[in-house]
Amino acid sequence: MADLKVSGLHKFYGKFHALKGIDLEVPSGEFTVFVGPSGCGKSTLLRTVAGLEEASGGRIEIGGKDVTWARPRDRDIAMVFQNYALYPYLSVEDNIAFGLRARKFAEAETQKRVARAAEMLGIGALLKRFPRELSGGQRQRVAIGRAIVRDALLFLFDEPLSNLDAQLRDDMRVEIKRLHQELKRTMIYVTHDQIEAMTLADRIVLLRDGVIEQQGSPLALFERPATKFVAGFLGSPKMNFLKGRIGKGVVTLEDGAKLPLPSPKGKEGGAVIVGIRPQHISLGAKGSRTAHHVIVELVQPTGTRLHATIPFGGSTIVGEFDAHAATKPGAQLAIEIDMSRAAIIDPATDKVI
Amino acid sequence: MSALPFHRRHDVRLAIRYALAILITIVFVFPVYWLFIISFKTPDEIFAFPPVWYPKSVQFANYRVLFKDGDAETVLNSLILAGASTIFAMILGTLAAYSLARFKTGGENFAVWIISQRMMPPVAIVFPIFLLYVAFGWVDSFHGLIILYTAFNLPYVIWMMRGYIEDIPLELEESALVDGCTRWEVLWKVVFPMARAGLFATAVFTFVFAWNDFLFALVLTRTEVTTFPVQVTHYFGGQSNFWAKIAAMSVLGTIPVFFAVATMQRFLVRGISMGAVKG
Repeated sequence: MADLKVSGLHKFYGKFHALKGIDLEVPSGEFTVFVGPSGCGKSTLLRTVAGLEEASGGRIEIGGKDVTWARPRDRDIAMVFQNYALYPYLSVEDNIAFGLRARKFAEAETQKRVARAAEMLGIGALLKRFPRELSGGQRQRVAIGRAIVRDALLFLFDEPLSNLDAQLRDDMRVEIKRLHQELKRTMIYVTHDQIEAMTLADRIVLLRDGVIEQQGSPLALFERPATKFVAGFLGSPKMNFLKGRIGKGVVTLEDGAKLPLPSPKGKEGGAVIVGIRPQHISLGAKGSRTAHHVIVELVQPTGTRLHATIPFGGSTIVGEFDAHAATKPGAQLAIEIDMSRAAIIDPATDKVI
Repeated sequence: MSALPFHRRHDVRLAIRYALAILITIVFVFPVYWLFIISFKTPDEIFAFPPVWYPKSVQFANYRVLFKDGDAETVLNSLILAGASTIFAMILGTLAAYSLARFKTGGENFAVWIISQRMMPPVAIVFPIFLLYVAFGWVDSFHGLIILYTAFNLPYVIWMMRGYIEDIPLELEESALVDGCTRWEVLWKVVFPMARAGLFATAVFTFVFAWNDFLFALVLTRTEVTTFPVQVTHYFGGQSNFWAKIAAMSVLGTIPVFFAVATMQRFLVRGISMGAVKG
């Protein structure tokens, strides 16, 4: 059962074509993340689903009901906004109860649900306070509380963690994931942060310029990106892209270095782009036949790992090594590249071959 | 430089500052005090020389005359006219402002066009309106002036309220829409509470504008709905001025505005500064 079905959805802002024919199904109970760079249409898509923007064409179904032209209140959705959108003149308790009172719930039921949501989010002690007396993290908890008391079919999150500092963002991410596991409701989450997308999603929908570039499980997108854009967007540090030409069982890079091709791909002599994740570059034995001898240019330690910038293959690549790899600028390294996990990309179409 | 230690110099500076402040306050408050005091004086005291700085006994005779002759009713008339037109202008104007702010009704420049109506000197249209009102039979009627004051205050209300409404984060309204509110409920539950300071500040100004109108009240009233500013002018005679009546009437006419501003002061200060930043 799909709780949300979008077909052929278009959205224009004047001449600007923000959504160019979106087809999408969000299965019941799944955590779906819309991710992409700013301006890709992810927020517009979410807001159109919510009914806050009017569709210019296409069809939106929620719970099997056509809601393309329905008012937001008739769509059985709850939403959490980036800037919390708490009512400053209402207490935490009244903020959380707002949606229930708007829908004329009995007061006893309202109280019960508010208490339960507050307990789930650990804000029971704050109910009598006002939003201005809360920290950013507490405010976002209240905003989430206001959504979950509603018991809606679809929960929408529009970049809810963007206003929080890094530490809090990590905590709240865990909180949201836990909430999804407890509630088992269908959630759609918009973010531009690929780490948030990878960690939270059952399913990622990656958008670019108003179209869905690729959708699937986080691992599927990470390991089998369909395009150069997807390959480059997911993963940190970013995937390295090297220009080369297909040879007999190898790719020859611009500086003449050869990388083995595990399986025949593309036309011999054809230009390709080789995509290599920093994690798939490892230290090899000096003098090994398969190792490449390189000189480190720049080093960025992250604590547990170390990111080394290395001139290679006519360009520069970043490799991720152990923090104690004893690498410093100018050091000579022998690196091995795991070509079985590399992406071979056709530069004409930017598609992964 | 002065040999005084720092804190002494500081004290001197503070003293000068206070002295200046008191002097300026006296200059501004004295006419008000004088008017107030005249209203309680006997005719002899009013013209006494040297002046009577404060009356020996408080006389209510001047007020008694105003109430006995029915002159005081003009304050009630003003209250009805200003009050009713403020209520109508606020309701219509706030709704229009919401439409302009959120739905961009009439395009981006429509609001500027509306406020430009306010810049026209009222005297320029007094004659056409007089003829129109004669034709309608609206001269010297409550509804005639209420409609006129409402129309005249609308641009101001729309302009001010549009600014206040635009300052409300859109997400607050969107969140309410998703949570199950209709547009009307969003207005009641989100927009009005959020714009409360602006609503009060705008209403006070609207009330004062209507309260202080002299021109239209002079031309469009005869005997039935004479307002208090018009009534005051009746006391300026060819031979002599009725100072006692002028003073007492002015005090009566100031009381409602004084209370309106005093009770709303809390909102006024915030409201005015809010409007200053935007709109």
